[in-house]
Amino acid sequence: MPDFDVVSLPDHDAPAEGDTAPDFTRPLVNAEFWEDAALSDLTDDGPVLLVFHTMAGAFPATYVWNELRDRGVPEDVQTVGVSISSPYEHKSFLEERDVDARLFSDPAADVAADYDLEHDLDGMAGVTEHRPAVFLLDEDRTVQYRWIADEWPDFPDYEGIADALDDL
Amino acid sequence: MSDEQPAITLYRLQACPYCERVVRTLDEQGLAYQSRFVEPMHSDRNVVKRVSGKRSVPAIVDDNTGVTMSESANIVEYLENTYGEGA
Repeated sequence: MPDFDVVSLPDHDAPAEGDTAPDFTRPLVNAEFWEDAALSDLTDDGPVLLVFHTMAGAFPATYVWNELRDRGVPEDVQTVGVSISSPYEHKSFLEERDVDARLFSDPAADVAADYDLEHDLDGMAGVTEHRPAVFLLDEDRTVQYRWIADEWPDFPDYEGIADALDDL
Repeated sequence: MSDEQPAITLYRLQACPYCERVVRTLDEQGLAYQSRFVEPMHSDRNVVKRVSGKRSVPAIVDDNTGVTMSESANIVEYLENTYGEGA
């Protein structure tokens, strides 16, 4: 641990366990193409692990997806990310990191606003991205588990996620 | 929307004029369609090759008729003949 205080992130009102996660439609990028998709389209098909992360290229995005890839997620759970990266960047990221997931592109961070998880980046004027967070949603988009970054940077509680996946 | 996914899927490239030509026809015919965007590099278009046999866009898949087609002129003609007035 560093011998100084890490930057704390402010209070938030993000969806909590038992809440219904806000629906949204954005381009959803896979290894081959992207098309508009609604979060509710995905949850209609089964549980979703929804991961808010930094833009592609920033090391937290790399760390989080490497970790999720290496730890694995049950096949019946769809893993999807959300960041401000363009579909082109998402596609390169999936390829470079060999990540078996799909990523929503939300360049204006409106989804972050809907979830009260906007993160204005210091030193990058006009750039707001998604505060790191993880939501495990059931078929009704009900939040079964959540983790929200308290600090900058902060990394998901992978054990907590694994336990929540076990409890589905 | 999975319960009402449009029957027509359009594989397209951002800012490709031939693709926009097909979009204009789809709009003129009032047809719902789902856009799937691919990348400029032909080598990155395996999905298009898989569905249509070629890597060129635009390409459409019409689940109403079972037709898969490439080349904008062909697609426009097909759409007008299938869905246009007098079809």
